[in-house]
Amino acid sequence: MSILIDKNTRVITQGFTGKQGTFHSKQSIIYGTQIVGGVTPNKGGQRHLNLPVFNTTKEAINETHANASIIYVPPRFAYASILEAIETKIPVIACITEGIPVQDMLKIKAILKKSDSILIGPNCPGVITPNECKLGIMPGNIHQAGSVGVISRSGTLTYEAVHQTTLVGLGQSTCIGIGGDPIQGMDFIDCLALFEADSQTKSIVMVGEIGGSAEEEAAEYIQSNVSKPVVSYIAGLNAPQGKRMGHSGAVISASTGKAIDKIKALRKVGVAIAPTPTSIGETLLEILA
Amino acid sequence: MHIHEYQAKKLFNHKHIQTPKGILIYSVTQANDACKTLGGSIWVIKAQIHAGGRGKGGGIILCSSIEEVKNACGKLLNSRLITPQTDAKGLPVSQILIEIWENITNELYLGLLIDRKTKKITVLASTKGGMDIEKVARKTPNKIIKFGINPLGHLSVQDCTFIAKKLDLHFKLTKQFNNILLGLYEIFTQKDVNLIEINPLVITKENNLLALDGKIDFDDNALYRHKDIIALRDISQEDEKERLANTYQLNYISLNGTIGCMVNGAGLAMATMDLIEHFGGSPANFLDVGGGTTADRVAKAFELIQTEKNIKGILVNIFGGIVHCDLIAQGILQAIEKVRLTLPIVVRLEGTNATNGLKLLDKAKVDIHTESDLNKATIKIIKLAK
Repeated sequence: MSILIDKNTRVITQGFTGKQGTFHSKQSIIYGTQIVGGVTPNKGGQRHLNLPVFNTTKEAINETHANASIIYVPPRFAYASILEAIETKIPVIACITEGIPVQDMLKIKAILKKSDSILIGPNCPGVITPNECKLGIMPGNIHQAGSVGVISRSGTLTYEAVHQTTLVGLGQSTCIGIGGDPIQGMDFIDCLALFEADSQTKSIVMVGEIGGSAEEEAAEYIQSNVSKPVVSYIAGLNAPQGKRMGHSGAVISASTGKAIDKIKALRKVGVAIAPTPTSIGETLLEILA
Repeated sequence: MHIHEYQAKKLFNHKHIQTPKGILIYSVTQANDACKTLGGSIWVIKAQIHAGGRGKGGGIILCSSIEEVKNACGKLLNSRLITPQTDAKGLPVSQILIEIWENITNELYLGLLIDRKTKKITVLASTKGGMDIEKVARKTPNKIIKFGINPLGHLSVQDCTFIAKKLDLHFKLTKQFNNILLGLYEIFTQKDVNLIEINPLVITKENNLLALDGKIDFDDNALYRHKDIIALRDISQEDEKERLANTYQLNYISLNGTIGCMVNGAGLAMATMDLIEHFGGSPANFLDVGGGTTADRVAKAFELIQTEKNIKGILVNIFGGIVHCDLIAQGILQAIEKVRLTLPIVVRLEGTNATNGLKLLDKAKVDIHTESDLNKATIKIIKLAK
């Protein structure tokens, strides 16, 4: 068993006919994902990539019985798109969009709490269950079905971690990019809980970075709730204070967000820390030996 | 995006939040008229820069004669002000706010920010005003009042009265306080603010509440819906290289080391910096070339990196997801030609179309070292950059 998505997941793409939507839907289909249609306002009734296009998410779900949605719309339309998806009660939503205003996300976060949906992202690569379903922009070929659950705040750094778990022969159960924004849908703790309960997942890789205190909160959660071995890498040991390092959530303030504090908190609860971004695979092998 | 104190105070005034009477000047010749128009006999001279700690840096001067005001303005205008919160170069002063000095009895702190932990817009208030609030929070957390606002609701008058009580405010000041806090909350939500603060919010001898200082940071991602806020931008306060990079949609931060980095993805870019340090090198910059990278942007990125003063070599680290490695490879080749890059360069490509990308680079008649292993690539560039 994987978490969130598998070979039976039926996916619609919001922002289907745009450049990103088109390219990545194509890649997902080639990977074997069941993309069953897409949404682009005012293009309903057309066909795209040999699949039906709908004007609204509700229509798309009614017609295709999709149970997951992936969102590629520009930031200024993302709030409405995510809300539209939540209103249909679709179980899994992944939003790739970078640059959504943070106060839009505050409202979405509060609405999500009372909803039937789970949101992955925004500002993330999405989620993938190797060989079954690719709901996002990650390169499929670096993945391999296996036993490691991967959670990450970064995009390309996730690929690095995934690649290494493939190279050491462990493979991945599911990989989730939770995104680099200050306010996001699923957080580390939500993902840790799912991986802990998943029988396919034997170990967990958690990739964090500077900014906020999500890693410290995750450490607290791991201490009393996670029995599976966890390896973590935290990016930004050499990042200067007060500068926003690309991701809008990656900024060290005077009191919170330092990489070293996150590493200390995780180490204290028995998480194995990979000292470099290139030693995640090795570190995992060491603790599993 | 940051704005100046005088701009923040204008926004305060629109919401009927009182500030000391003040006039903004651009040259010493305006000082005399400004003081006379303001009246009084004691003035406060405040250099307008996008950084805190101005008092400690000598950017806030109390003057008790027009002569002193002129001297202070002459010293500050067109200088660079260095404070504990700026870098060693400081920030340029081209505007000064002259205000009437106020006789105060008490200093408070009042601000709003987004609390990432509770996922709420949160009011921060304290009776310890006029100090670094993060320090107060660390040393005496019991002196900080925190109040979270439901993202689907709003801040009510009752909430404000509750906070006023916690601050032990005299009941005669409660109405003023409520108006100030509601005004701040309106600015915060209407203009997509990340942080707004009045530090200090003072009680005057006449028992009024006045915003003696003002700071507002806006959410860059929301500026598209606030043309009036974009108009307040002062690019003289921004780092020239970071600003230039931004116009090409590059995330760039200058550091002091010798190895330039060009990486796709912010997390991987930070991790690459850490890896360079791990193997004994030092990064010259942070650079995330982003998702939709083009040859033109790669060229711009190289141009920026080349201007770093200690630069001795460049490490390109691309893990292709959205970005196709063969496109990056083409971009690198075009850029090297265009920019006449002479520095040693190591390119590591992995992910989508990586093999094609590496082939393209190996076939080219320029001196590029290619690697698919990140450790080896990092060690090689450190060696070449010695």
